[in-house]
Amino acid sequence: MIKAILIFNNHGKPRLSKFYQPYSEDTQQQIIRETFHLVSKRDENVCNFLEGGLLIGGSDNKLIYRHYATLYFVFCVDSSESELGILDLIQVFVETLDKCFENVCELDLIFHVDKVHNILAEMVMGGMVLETNMNEIVTQIDAQNKLEKSETFIFQSPRQDR
Amino acid sequence: MVVPSLKLQDLIEEIRGAKTQAQEREVIQKECAHIRASFRDGDPVHRHRQLAKLLYVHMLGYPAHFGQMECLKLIASSRFTDKRVGYLGAMLLLDERHDAHLLITNSIKNDLSQGIQPVQGLALCTLSTMGSAEMCRDLAPEVEKLLLQPSPYVRKKAILTAVHMIRKVPELSSVFLPPCAQLLHERHHGILLGTITLITELCERSPAALRHFRKVVPQLVHILRTLVTMGYSTEHSISGVSDPFLQVQILRLLRILGRNHEESSETMNDLLAQVATNTDTSRNAGNAVLFETVLTIMDIRSAAGLRVLAVNILGRFLLNSDRNIRYVALTSLLRLVQSDHSAVQRHRPTVVECLRETDASLSRRALELSLALVNSSNVRAMMQELQAFLESCPPDLRADCASGILLAAERFAPTKRWHIDTILHVLTTAGTHVRDDAVANLTQLIGGAQELHAYSVRRLYNALAEDISQQPLVQVAAWCIGEYGDLLLAGNCEEIEPLQVDEEEVLALLEKVLQSHMSLPATRGYALTALMKLSTRLCGDNNRIRQVVSIYGSCLDVELQQRAVEYDTLFRKYDHMRAAILEKMPLVERDGPQADEEAKESKEAAQLSEAAPVPTEPQASQLLDLLDLLDGASGDVQHPPPLDPSPGGALIHLLDLPCVPPPPASCSVTQAGVQWRDLGSLQPLPPGFKLFLCLSLPSPGLSSHPRSQSV
Repeated sequence: MIKAILIFNNHGKPRLSKFYQPYSEDTQQQIIRETFHLVSKRDENVCNFLEGGLLIGGSDNKLIYRHYATLYFVFCVDSSESELGILDLIQVFVETLDKCFENVCELDLIFHVDKVHNILAEMVMGGMVLETNMNEIVTQIDAQNKLEKSETFIFQSPRQDR
Repeated sequence: MVVPSLKLQDLIEEIRGAKTQAQEREVIQKECAHIRASFRDGDPVHRHRQLAKLLYVHMLGYPAHFGQMECLKLIASSRFTDKRVGYLGAMLLLDERHDAHLLITNSIKNDLSQGIQPVQGLALCTLSTMGSAEMCRDLAPEVEKLLLQPSPYVRKKAILTAVHMIRKVPELSSVFLPPCAQLLHERHHGILLGTITLITELCERSPAALRHFRKVVPQLVHILRTLVTMGYSTEHSISGVSDPFLQVQILRLLRILGRNHEESSETMNDLLAQVATNTDTSRNAGNAVLFETVLTIMDIRSAAGLRVLAVNILGRFLLNSDRNIRYVALTSLLRLVQSDHSAVQRHRPTVVECLRETDASLSRRALELSLALVNSSNVRAMMQELQAFLESCPPDLRADCASGILLAAERFAPTKRWHIDTILHVLTTAGTHVRDDAVANLTQLIGGAQELHAYSVRRLYNALAEDISQQPLVQVAAWCIGEYGDLLLAGNCEEIEPLQVDEEEVLALLEKVLQSHMSLPATRGYALTALMKLSTRLCGDNNRIRQVVSIYGSCLDVELQQRAVEYDTLFRKYDHMRAAILEKMPLVERDGPQADEEAKESKEAAQLSEAAPVPTEPQASQLLDLLDLLDGASGDVQHPPPLDPSPGGALIHLLDLPCVPPPPASCSVTQAGVQWRDLGSLQPLPPGFKLFLCLSLPSPGLSSHPRSQSV
């Protein structure tokens, strides 16, 4: 089971945080800080696996992370997940983001964090892997976006600023 | 008039424009005030935008709980845009600890039964992320219906929601078990993936379900075979491997089903061999599948040849240049070391190589595996490697490494001398990281090895002379010097270079320990008692020792003060008893604190019969002296107050005492080696008397070191 998915930049600013187990807000922020602290200490050519910190750790949990340019993608998982499989999952996630945003960069994630949540929700649900086929995910997201746009159009009146 | 509110993008721009943390806080607080006002006014058109902004600042760590009710309103709205943000808000802001979360149950129910597909998807997603047990119970029927819907999009989500529901409410397993068989016939990968996850969850929870699902093993084998032999298909393949995620899940389920079951294992054998040999290992996806295959082969009742193949694959991976592969190989070997010990032993050299990795994750795994591989034949070589590792390892691994080495040494020590040497080395290298009982273990070990007393005390003396900062080492050294000081001074020992030590040096060293600011209170106690014992072991006059002892009679530390005063009194009033009291300690048994007490008491009894007979006539006066002694020593500790009813019982006992043969005061501060055993008969203490002693001695909390207490 995936316990949490975190995206933060090289300075530790959170770009996305999704927890699949209930934690209080304070604990969530502490987990983000602690994870950043652990992950940023790692060299470039070491393995992508870390034992978790105190808060989200314990003997069972691991942090599996990948560093893309200015962003760290960290998945905190327990021992029932395949480590190499999660590495591939992170890759699929990033490629899907790339397809949805056309050459995704950190700014896209910053300004469209709600869309990133929606994309993630099509891939991982309740801590379990839902769908890994990029095309299916993108199709769904497009359909949903169209639905939103059509509603906007209906409600938009000339005077209101949207 | 409605103030036009910021779009989410604009808010983010503003926040990014803030140059300092304080500025950012200001911007956000201002915006939150607007958002709160907007929520109060109940503006339905822009509500979703306000909540979106609130969720953004929530991610940054600012409080957003006032948005919880707005989530409910948005979910209840009929617009998809509203629902989307509302459900996201519910997932981020609400969880089972908030009472409000139950209020969305109704909305979810409506959306599940009447909503369009995207809306159903949203509801299922939210339910599977934050659904509590009550919600799951209420909504199980709706989810069950959705399992059989035609649309694969909704079905796959419903299946995973079912997994979550079973985790929260195990009784629902019976609801979701029947549809599984049919779902396995589906072709859609998302549905298959979800179904396999569901079946895995069911099997892990109930042995009955496990037996039920054994009959689908042939079908699973068929699905996996199709995946493996299928040519390159762009749809689900990752670097040329078709749907590695599904393959891994199927392999995991096969592992659970085949465990301890001959027939199922038989069915899988061929396929596993095929996957193990044909998977392309040049990319990560292939390796993921291969690892899972290896673990499955080792866990089921597979053919012997297949097992050998599997372990060899792991061995090959250990030598791979990719660190991720090596990490997973080490983890897998760790899982196998219990069941296939000899197979894993073959890879011991490679594992030991991995200890030298600079990558902390890898060296940690290598350490765990190395410790698991130590056995009586390789213990010397392995200990050398591990001790070298201890000297250079990262600080967070030190404690684990030290305790691992000590445990392994205890189990497999070839000789006592080697054992003592090993523990000494660990204490010198990583003294601050060892567990509390290391000191007790070492003293017990040394005490038991009579032929090694001279050797031990010399080595400890040398180590102490070099460095008095490692507390466990100092404690053991002080104890040893106290006990075997005469052997230290005797000068001859074959096993180590001859060392000329004179009395003044030894005393000076112990005084240095006493005075050092690095010494813990417990360490000081050890040193003081050692000095005291040396008063009988050494030949010179005891002026120096008496001086030190009397200085510490006014020490601020109560524990130390009490000891010093007691020893001082021993010099002044009970000098005739001193030699007997400070004799060498008998061997302490190690079955546990309770047994320790009994063992000591029986040893005391045994020795009393041999010791110089104490005249019974001055017993009464001796007893009064005892009371004197205790009062004098613990001048700052109160008498057991007569106002407290329970020690009142003790008082009665005390008053009885001159008439009754006085019980032995077994305040055996045994690790200090002083045993007050001359003061009475062999009867065990009446509980009241023990309580009195307990009240008059300082509390155990003063020193962190575990000592046998006088109870």
